Amino acid sequence: MKKVRTFLWVYYAYMVEYRAELILWVLAGSLPIILMGVWTQAAQGGQFGLSPADFARYFITVFIVRQFTVVWVVWEFEREVVEGKLSPRLLQPIDPVWHHVTSHVSERAARMPFSIFLVALFFILYPQAFWIPSWSQFLLFTLSILLAFALRFIIQYTFAMLAFWTERASSVESFWFLFYLFLSGMIAPLEVFPEPVRVAVLCTPFPYLIDFPVSLLIGLPTDIGRGFSMTIGWTLLFLGLNRILWRQGLKRYSGMGA
Amino acid sequence: MSIILAHNLSKFYPVAVKEPGIKGTLSHFFRRTYRQIKAVRDVSFEINPGEVVGFLGPNGAGKTTTLKMLTGLVHPTSGNVRVAGYVPFRRQEEFLRKVTLVMGQKQQLLWDLPAMDSLKINAAVYGISDHEFMLRVGELTEMLSLEGKLNQAVRKLSLGERMKAELLAALLHRPQVLFLDEPTLGLDVNAQVGVRDFLRQYNQRYQATVLLTSHYMADITALCERVIMIHQGALMYDGSLDGLLERFAPYREVHVELAHQISKEKLKFYGDVKTVEGRSACFIVEQEKLTRTVSRILSDLEVVDLTVNEPPVEEVIGRVFQAGVV
Repeated sequence: MKKVRTFLWVYYAYMVEYRAELILWVLAGSLPIILMGVWTQAAQGGQFGLSPADFARYFITVFIVRQFTVVWVVWEFEREVVEGKLSPRLLQPIDPVWHHVTSHVSERAARMPFSIFLVALFFILYPQAFWIPSWSQFLLFTLSILLAFALRFIIQYTFAMLAFWTERASSVESFWFLFYLFLSGMIAPLEVFPEPVRVAVLCTPFPYLIDFPVSLLIGLPTDIGRGFSMTIGWTLLFLGLNRILWRQGLKRYSGMGA
Repeated sequence: MSIILAHNLSKFYPVAVKEPGIKGTLSHFFRRTYRQIKAVRDVSFEINPGEVVGFLGPNGAGKTTTLKMLTGLVHPTSGNVRVAGYVPFRRQEEFLRKVTLVMGQKQQLLWDLPAMDSLKINAAVYGISDHEFMLRVGELTEMLSLEGKLNQAVRKLSLGERMKAELLAALLHRPQVLFLDEPTLGLDVNAQVGVRDFLRQYNQRYQATVLLTSHYMADITALCERVIMIHQGALMYDGSLDGLLERFAPYREVHVELAHQISKEKLKFYGDVKTVEGRSACFIVEQEKLTRTVSRILSDLEVVDLTVNEPPVEEVIGRVFQAGVV
């Protein structure tokens, strides 16, 4: 417990060191806001079953979800492997992943004030979109966001393991990100996808990273049980894969001269 | 009972070979060829608890690879290793708590935060209580003369201060076995002396075992009675530092200051002339001929001053590596 607290505090301090950068990162996450403009315009035509206000709520929630689920572990891990910085970490009696987990969690706390400010600003500028979710919606949303972060982190950390074999593991993530962009609901709500595509996409891990939590908060129809079990299932699958790659990778790392 | 035991330790690893030019790049992309690098070959030694041992060898001799095998970062290709009774590459927690590795070129401190924050992380990792943490930090700060430096961002520290802070972080859990890879690299003379004094003190206070590599001979002569020397991955010498000098440097340097300038040709008559500058000259004289040569110089020439020195350790080691064989 004390370990976790110390890690979180120190990494929080670390993140706060880069205030300006942090604000830029928050702003860099404003793609959903741009898409919101596009979709609310398109919804004026009224052929989508979602009103302009629905779209506005959807995308502001996408923005919030993204704020909580931004992950960059593959770049950090790749650097550690290539530069040999992983070695000193391996000599400590703790799995190096905890450094990354806690730094991500702390970063959430550090960026929170800016994110809240932007969301508040949004509702001031666009009061029609404002709504108050019910307690149950809020709680389910919170839980789903935690799981979405866990899933996104585990997937990317699994790609990071490839750094043991190739010096550019992050290119795998960049490729994956393309699918993430289109299939997670970041560019368009799953609601507007053609039915067969939607059914297929729901079998992949992507919609549980964005569309599922968003739907829970704004009250779009979604299968709650299936959503949570898919999230957890994919997380466990990648976790298993991750541990196998970690063990194999370490062998290789030590074989190549650490 | 030795605390470090290496028996017939070897490490070979493949390195991709790439020819220069486009053709080389293409064939490198499609079919990589590898060459086996024999980084360490059949190295055996034992180190007893509390010993401070210098680990010598030119660049690329296999020192770092050996240290990495001893700390468990590198899996040996063959041979046995035991450190503090553990097999290092299993990386058991009890083992990790007993050792530390300091690499002069690699930092573990968080660059943008005060060193104190990194120390807190280490304290949490090793489960050191707050009270014990303050005691240890206080003690090590004093030994390293780092007072007031731990609350500055690491990037603002000088190179020497940073190295000392690295040492502090690496020793916070009071390891019994210290592996130090070039701990004084790039430091100025004062900082080198500081680090050296600290290591000696730490060794005496905690009976810690130290295996140290350094390019600065002064580190080795100041700290180590015993040295292990490797060259091209193979063990060349294991024994006392004095023994190394006896064995590889059976000669002395005789510095003479003469009343009048004498040409080099004439001086050659008395032995190998290393340098002549104005009225001073330096001879290299084999040890068994030393007394005879000195008395001849004194009787034949008008000598103002004469001193006999051991050759600098750097030179001796340099000669050994150049010769390449023992």
